[in-house]
Amino acid sequence: MSETATIAATAEPKNYLTNRHTIQSWLFTVDHKRIAILYLISLTVFFLLGGAAAALFRLDLMTPQADLLQSETYNKLFTMHGIVMIFFFLVPSIPAVMGNFLVPVMIGAKDVAFPRLNLLSWYVFMAGGLIALGAIISGGVDTGWTFYTPYSSMYANSHVILAVAGAFIAGFSSIMTALNFIVTIQKMRAPGLTWFRLPLFIWAMYATSLVVILGTPVVAITLVMIFIERFFQFGLFDPALGGDPVLFQHLFWFYSHPAVYIMILPSMGVISEIVSCFSRRRLYGYTFVAFSSLAIAVIGFFVWGHHMFVSSQSAYAGLIFSFLTFFVAIPTAIKILNWIMTMYKGSISFDTPMLYAYGFLGLFTIGGLTGLFLSTMATDIHLHDTYFVVAHFHYVMVGGGVMGFLGALHFWWPKMTGRMYPEGWAKFAAIVIFIGFNLTFFPQFQLGYHGMPRRYHTYAEEFQILHVMSTAGASVLGAGYLIMAAYLGWSLFKGKRASANPWDARGLEWETTSPPPTENFLSTPTVTQEAYAYDKPSVTHVPPEEKRV
Amino acid sequence: MKSVFNILPEQASTVASHVDAIYLFLIAISVVFTLLAAGLVIVFGVKFRRRPDGPAPEKPHEDSRLEMAAGAFLLVLLLVLFGWGAKVYFQNTRPPADAMEILVTGKQWMWKLQHPNGRREINTLHIPVGKPVQLTMTSEDVIHSFFIPAFRVKQDVLPGRYTRLWFQATKTGRYRLFCTEYCGTEHSMMGGWVNVMTAADYERWLSGEVAGAAQETPVQAGERLFTQLGCQTCHNAGSGALGPNLAGVFGHTVKLADGSEVIADEEYLRESILNPHAKLVAGFAPVMPVFKGIINEDQLLQLIAYIKSLSGASN
Repeated sequence: MSETATIAATAEPKNYLTNRHTIQSWLFTVDHKRIAILYLISLTVFFLLGGAAAALFRLDLMTPQADLLQSETYNKLFTMHGIVMIFFFLVPSIPAVMGNFLVPVMIGAKDVAFPRLNLLSWYVFMAGGLIALGAIISGGVDTGWTFYTPYSSMYANSHVILAVAGAFIAGFSSIMTALNFIVTIQKMRAPGLTWFRLPLFIWAMYATSLVVILGTPVVAITLVMIFIERFFQFGLFDPALGGDPVLFQHLFWFYSHPAVYIMILPSMGVISEIVSCFSRRRLYGYTFVAFSSLAIAVIGFFVWGHHMFVSSQSAYAGLIFSFLTFFVAIPTAIKILNWIMTMYKGSISFDTPMLYAYGFLGLFTIGGLTGLFLSTMATDIHLHDTYFVVAHFHYVMVGGGVMGFLGALHFWWPKMTGRMYPEGWAKFAAIVIFIGFNLTFFPQFQLGYHGMPRRYHTYAEEFQILHVMSTAGASVLGAGYLIMAAYLGWSLFKGKRASANPWDARGLEWETTSPPPTENFLSTPTVTQEAYAYDKPSVTHVPPEEKRV
Repeated sequence: MKSVFNILPEQASTVASHVDAIYLFLIAISVVFTLLAAGLVIVFGVKFRRRPDGPAPEKPHEDSRLEMAAGAFLLVLLLVLFGWGAKVYFQNTRPPADAMEILVTGKQWMWKLQHPNGRREINTLHIPVGKPVQLTMTSEDVIHSFFIPAFRVKQDVLPGRYTRLWFQATKTGRYRLFCTEYCGTEHSMMGGWVNVMTAADYERWLSGEVAGAAQETPVQAGERLFTQLGCQTCHNAGSGALGPNLAGVFGHTVKLADGSEVIADEEYLRESILNPHAKLVAGFAPVMPVFKGIINEDQLLQLIAYIKSLSGASN
């Protein structure tokens, strides 16, 4: 009897990673945590593909002439970069990986509301992704990720239908995930976990899910319309067939501008978690931050026309879109103020996730401020479709979106994998990525104001020096990502075992083991305090014999 | 040409300095806010860094007045920006009445331009300094965009529709011209130069067409087409004419068969040539043949120029 007890105590306790080992146990899993890992692996592959495309065309842009690539190839590469990074990395990144893993754990549930639908969403995502990859492998697409008509519907000689089908199908995966989150958050919170005790990450996921559900059907319909015009020659967008070319832009941006918030709201949620944890304080202005996510989600649906100031859209419509765009900047700016105020009189430590939060604050601030240049009508006329826009949205989507994702990955890595990564290397990579990012994209603001149009394979020679600087920066950025891939891969096998709560953070996910058991908590936790109770000792639901590290 | 390391590129139009003034103001705002945010997080990071046995931090003392004040301040600042940007934008949407009109047709992957006296050019635009110029633009295929960075102006060029762009150059010289709406394989080759000349040089250039080639203005070409296509058999002043008389039509209200009214602008004339039955004029039978597929964009522009000239509109 005493012998068996000893074995039980020393054997590896079963967690969601170790309870079963077969391939089927992964491919047919309905565990939200395993589905998150499936997404993480797939998204990493897509990120590498999108990054490789960027590396190739960035290299070609070292010289004003076409040397490394042909124009056709260049156009297909930037299109691939856009489609892969937007539809198959940024949109699903934080929700499908971090959200899937964390939403049930953070609210004390055993799983999402519809676990099978959750698994289906991954298969649908992979189907969409593989079809889009098929379009790329079978010859590529050259329309740009924006698929502007009538070029995409009538003129492009590339695999538009396949690419559009891929993005269309992947959209359903987003909708399934969003639906799951809304129901889960609404119905499955642990006893005592009231709305205003929720972590802000959950609020962000909720707001994002609303945008996904309201916006994605519109882009799906729009993509189908391209298919109808291209395949059946049925005039919708091409004036030669009686269509309206600008209609496409309205429909496309009605989704794709809110999609920016799909990419950025989750990151804001992550930053709220990280800043409060590493400042050891409740987030300043919790209520404001929570509601501003919802406000941004709603107002974000009424600003799409700012992509169209030079499209021949009515000048008065432009006026309204310009005004609303300024308006949406206010809750965003106050959020930044709240994060900064959280640090005031905090107890700040600079672990890797906090470095990414700092990176986010710096880069996203620049991304937001340069957005003002584009919401001001007079300056947007000059800047529209130049490198200034390219720089601006990379500051928002990489500086905001990707920094948030990497911050989240480092913050919850111990929870997800049960391993710590080497802190020194991680800090080093974070700094390299920050510097590389700025070197890559800052010169592009200057290129843009001097008139360099985007999506140009060849360019005027006076722009070369800034392009060389940008390419040099991109190599630093790429090196940063590779270092990160190396130490994270290493840590999976050799990393130190993580304790249940390595950051001494608050919130339910830190109250269970790292990695959590399949059912997340051995018994449903009862919540008696908010997610940021840093003035109180941390709570644990880990049975004593498992607190071994 | 100014170095790309200057904050501002060459200013060569009347609007450039207005746009640049807003741009510099925006840069100032951005620098202040970026330094403020970066300064605060760095100072707080140092001042409130975690000390091994420091006291646990207190809960934040929250004061929603801070958020309110910040929001109000931002609202005022952003309203100023909005208003200023809109004002400069609206100043530049309407061309002056005396602007010289140049016709522009974009196609994959070139710009075709035609001057009032009929001189044509491709991928180069010669214009006189100090004189307002209006471009009336359309595309033969996909969407393009006409962009002259030194003038700070840009306008998309659409198939099946006319868009306008106007500017007044302030300095002679050569300035880059780009297509800024992605339009296919050779998108980055679809550009050239704007050559701003003195008025005298421009006149000399205008008349300097290859010797022997007949100069035909767009209006003359339109008139010739009007006859060639047999338009005048119906569109004449005679009583009992099968089509409306076109003299004085342009820019005026036209009563349609279904009782509604339209202004006879370029878009309307274009539609009525290509697809005459779409908006039939009251009192006429739908007998006009469809010209869609029979005449091209250049000819359409010329016909419209001719019809405009019948109303004494400048061209």
